[in-house]
Amino acid sequence: MREMRYEAPRTLEAALALLSAPNGQARVLAGGTDLLIGLRAGRDVPELLVDIKGIPEMTSIVAENGGFRFGAAVTCMELIEHEGFAKAWPGVIDAVKLIGSIQVKGRATVGGNLCNASPAADSVPALIAAEASVSIAGPNGNREARVEECARGPGETSLARGELVSSILLPPRLPHSGDAYLRFTPRTEMDIAVVGAGVNLTLDDSGVCRQARVSLGAVAERALLVPEAAAALIGSKVDAAALRRLAAAASAACRPIDDKRGTKEFRIKIAGVMARRAAEIALARSLSQRAADKLLGG
Amino acid sequence: MAKYHVTATVNGDAAEFLCETHQTLLEVLRDELGLTGTKEGCGTGDCGACSVTIDGRLMCSCLVLAVEAEGKAIQTIEGMAAGTELHPLQRKFLEHAALQCGICTPGILIAARSLLERNPDPTEEEVRYWLAGNLCRCTGYHKIVDAVLDAAREMRRE
Amino acid sequence: MTVSATITSGKKKLKVVGTRPVRPDGVPKVTGLARYGADYSLPGMLWGKILRSPHAHARIRSIDTSKAQALAGVKAVMTSADLPEQKFEYVGPERVAVNFWHMTRGIMAREKVLYEGHAVAAVAATSRTVADEALRLIKIDYELLPHVINVEEAMQPDAPLLFEDMITRGVEPAPDKPSNISKRIEFKIGDLGAGFAAADEIVEGAFRTAPVHQGYIEPQACLARFDADGQAELWASSQGHFVIRALTARLLGMDIGNLRVHPAEIGGGFGGKNVPYVEPVALALSRKTGHPVKIVLSREEVFKACGPAAGSLMTVKIGVTKDGRIVAADGVFRFQAGAFPGSPVMNACMCAFAPYDIPNVCSVGYDVICNRPKTAAYRAPGAPISAYAVESVMDMAAASIGMDPLQFRLKNVARPGTPTVWGPKHAHEGYAETIQALLQHPGYAAPLGKNQGRGVAAGYWFNNGGESSAAAHVNEDGTVVVATGSADLSGTRAAMALMAAETLGIDYDKVRPIVADTASIGFSGLAAGSRTTFATGIAVVEACRKVIGELRARAAMIWDVRAEDVAWEDGCAKRTGDNAGGVEPLSLKAIAAKRSVTGGPISAEVSVNAGGVAPGFATEYCDVEVDPETGAVKILRFVAAQDVGRAIHPAYVEGQIQGGVAQGIGWALNEEYIYDEAGRLANAGFLDYRVPVASDLPRIEAVLVEVPNPNHPFGVKGVGEANIVPSLAAVANAVSRAIGRRMTELPMSPPTVLAALDSERGG
Repeated sequence: MREMRYEAPRTLEAALALLSAPNGQARVLAGGTDLLIGLRAGRDVPELLVDIKGIPEMTSIVAENGGFRFGAAVTCMELIEHEGFAKAWPGVIDAVKLIGSIQVKGRATVGGNLCNASPAADSVPALIAAEASVSIAGPNGNREARVEECARGPGETSLARGELVSSILLPPRLPHSGDAYLRFTPRTEMDIAVVGAGVNLTLDDSGVCRQARVSLGAVAERALLVPEAAAALIGSKVDAAALRRLAAAASAACRPIDDKRGTKEFRIKIAGVMARRAAEIALARSLSQRAADKLLGG
Repeated sequence: MAKYHVTATVNGDAAEFLCETHQTLLEVLRDELGLTGTKEGCGTGDCGACSVTIDGRLMCSCLVLAVEAEGKAIQTIEGMAAGTELHPLQRKFLEHAALQCGICTPGILIAARSLLERNPDPTEEEVRYWLAGNLCRCTGYHKIVDAVLDAAREMRRE
Repeated sequence: MTVSATITSGKKKLKVVGTRPVRPDGVPKVTGLARYGADYSLPGMLWGKILRSPHAHARIRSIDTSKAQALAGVKAVMTSADLPEQKFEYVGPERVAVNFWHMTRGIMAREKVLYEGHAVAAVAATSRTVADEALRLIKIDYELLPHVINVEEAMQPDAPLLFEDMITRGVEPAPDKPSNISKRIEFKIGDLGAGFAAADEIVEGAFRTAPVHQGYIEPQACLARFDADGQAELWASSQGHFVIRALTARLLGMDIGNLRVHPAEIGGGFGGKNVPYVEPVALALSRKTGHPVKIVLSREEVFKACGPAAGSLMTVKIGVTKDGRIVAADGVFRFQAGAFPGSPVMNACMCAFAPYDIPNVCSVGYDVICNRPKTAAYRAPGAPISAYAVESVMDMAAASIGMDPLQFRLKNVARPGTPTVWGPKHAHEGYAETIQALLQHPGYAAPLGKNQGRGVAAGYWFNNGGESSAAAHVNEDGTVVVATGSADLSGTRAAMALMAAETLGIDYDKVRPIVADTASIGFSGLAAGSRTTFATGIAVVEACRKVIGELRARAAMIWDVRAEDVAWEDGCAKRTGDNAGGVEPLSLKAIAAKRSVTGGPISAEVSVNAGGVAPGFATEYCDVEVDPETGAVKILRFVAAQDVGRAIHPAYVEGQIQGGVAQGIGWALNEEYIYDEAGRLANAGFLDYRVPVASDLPRIEAVLVEVPNPNHPFGVKGVGEANIVPSLAAVANAVSRAIGRRMTELPMSPPTVLAALDSERGG
């Protein structure tokens, strides 16, 4: 611990050089809300901390090709306060709002939430449902990946040594769409999700669901994309019967563990409930968007 | 390993200190700068007793490394009053008996001030959710909420 | 909301008692200047850190500290060898007996480690970083032993034994085999068999509670200094610096008079800081190094090693007649004591049925050892736990005869003259008045919606009197310093100032209350047992009355009359008697100005052993809503009526009630110790040890019922604790009624509630 060093590079290239340096182990410091707890517990103490918060493209939020790209070091509060993003992706914002307290959100980043790879990370199911992708910078150049490809298991990502998630991209929003994220916790705030559910859906002009994505968190070794749950909604008006099928599919997809935050049985039950409730909110949002579009002659 | 030399602004005044990489801002505020008003309740960002603002943003100082404070403007509880003139939140906390043992009070005052800077007219629910990251074991939060809402009222009239 | 019941004698209206001024220690607390246990420093100070057992149960074969000693910056390493051995004997009254043989082993392990987190060694070093490194260099050879955690398993005949020679006390004849049951106690009145035979309905239940922690936000911390001449000082936050002094001195084998303890501000105690943890270690390290040593515990250490509360297994049976009379009550209470004897099971047995007039009662308690840290007091220790079981069965009994739960309690209410199960008769009113206050409360009749339930519960707490000292010093300008030895946990300095100002007849802001250190005031007991405003208040008032006597004598001297012809009124000496007319009164300020020519400084100190304690009664109701799909419980409303005697500072009295209720809600819904199979704590932090956050709770309505205690100059009854006693059961009864099924286990976390709902629904 006493030999640990700190660097704060100003460019992505400089950060990559530090992360892939042959001697010693380096770790990325973004918000530090997971890292500092690990350091305090003596877990995975690296020789070098690479603070990426000074790199412009990692801390910016920009509109891109009709969608949004935000840097991996953008804090939760910054994303929440971005009106344009919040309007387009209220479900992602639902999720980001649940990452710890206001104090934690003032530091924590979505990139960190993703790369810490907790199966219960709140932002991940919402991003998966939104069909978000990530830009990964590395010693061998850049690559893109879907958010659902990033985490492999608890604390494990698919990133190679020396790679760094630089930004997260949300695609353009289709008309008549809405997303939502709900999680179950024993208290109203401050808990790790026992189950998280992200739902994103798109309706056509007659109110029939044409596209949907459903993702569950905290019910497997990583967040799951659940195509069977989405299939329950597609082609329906998201009525009670479709929602029942969605809930059943969500419960069936779970492969949770027993831990101090919830039992297997409880998680399986609640997954169905949360998925259904999130779908109801996503539906309401897509309907009100559709109503708004109609008013504007869209 | 040599220590890092950090310069920052604390409560409006220039401050500097030496620190090792692993030391948190909380540790340095208390042990190097002698500002013991910011408290450690848990060290893991779960209780909010160490709340400060950095460049206007509310954070747990136990989750910030001291080295990261370079060039930043930090506000702690010691800077909340203007000399001997208490901030309305401080006054209202006293009037409403919104503290019992007082250990959570500095963190809650910093957090409440941050709320009112962004939202001068919060509902009770908004106050409770904003302060969810500040644990209080003595009061049940009832009088804290009263004090924050009353301070907000007074500040809106000014 | 203050409901004044019985009014006492025609005392004239009080001027300052009952008002809500700003507390005298308020500004330092809102500006960050108040100094708590971790906020003190001295030049040359070293940092102390404690090494703790990673195992739940193990024999210590050897400890090798050589590498730690050799590390640069380490000035001392200690083990239990640096503390004297203590005699094995239980001293003091049974309910609060102490055994120093156990206590020294709690401070630092000797033959065995008895829980994960048990202190085994400590270092003092020039920085925290060096101290951490030094701990890693201490090598301990452990022989692992099987462990046992919960009450039921620890009581089994084949359970792993923590003490191979522990024979259960309180059993005749004594058992011939050792066990983990340190004690059995029994209280009995009347004839249980006859009682149950006369009952129309008999209801019973078995209940289980998980262990919880007091959850004070400030971890234990102190600064110790042991000088070469054997004089020592401590700056420590505790609930009683005199008790800390006595216990610490004994544990170090030093004279009490050589140790001076300064009371730091304390960031929450709730009973958990009645005993030392870090003080003897810091002092021993300072003695070894010749430098001041500071120790601040981490949150993890607090959860793992600082006396939490007991878990329990209980059975309660009650017999009632169909017109609502309770004719028999039988309770068995099995409590975890942790690694050393002394759970509050005796309190639990005594308080369980105390709010009621029941002719035939039996209360049996078992104090059971297990591989957890020794339990410490937690707000009315023991009583909330037994009240959960008893008040749940009372709820069942009321329902079985179709009676309103408040009316049921009123029908059986304890009054002066009602016998208690431990012998003395009740001597104070108050309980019935709290029930009446709720019956009249507008919310009690409000209709409930779907998935909602209303729970009622009542509770009793002894409160406490005991030893307190207070001094009043008149300053040269007529302001007054009032010094006590009672740690101020939550605003008692304001209460002392109010009582002093009222007695002296001067303005509140002319009185400066302080908490003096152990060398500067007479002995004072713990700030615990809801005793401070009561007992220390009596000492303050008596000290002020003595000062008044002195002031009258000085005025008599100034006026050249007899002291009998001088009265004290409205802060002034007034002439009475034949030549009274036309003479201007002499203010306290005027008399003070003349003190040196009338006899010197005006001052008085009083020590009391306060008797005439009135117990605390509280009755509460709680409305909840249960989410039928998840089992999540939302508290919609909570109303707590408590007989406070007289509220000296109503805002702080309300605050006590609100705080106790909030802790009770956490205890009922989400707080619990979670152990893994190796007996290690899985949730040693505030993330997974779930205390209520601001968004979890509604406004908590405190109804102050005032039935003054005739044994206190202002009618005070202790307020801090009685409010938590019914709160667990109030929530449990509400949830049980909301879902139509009796909740028999705490905490009622969502999976537990959902499972109960599913059983009720036949799923």
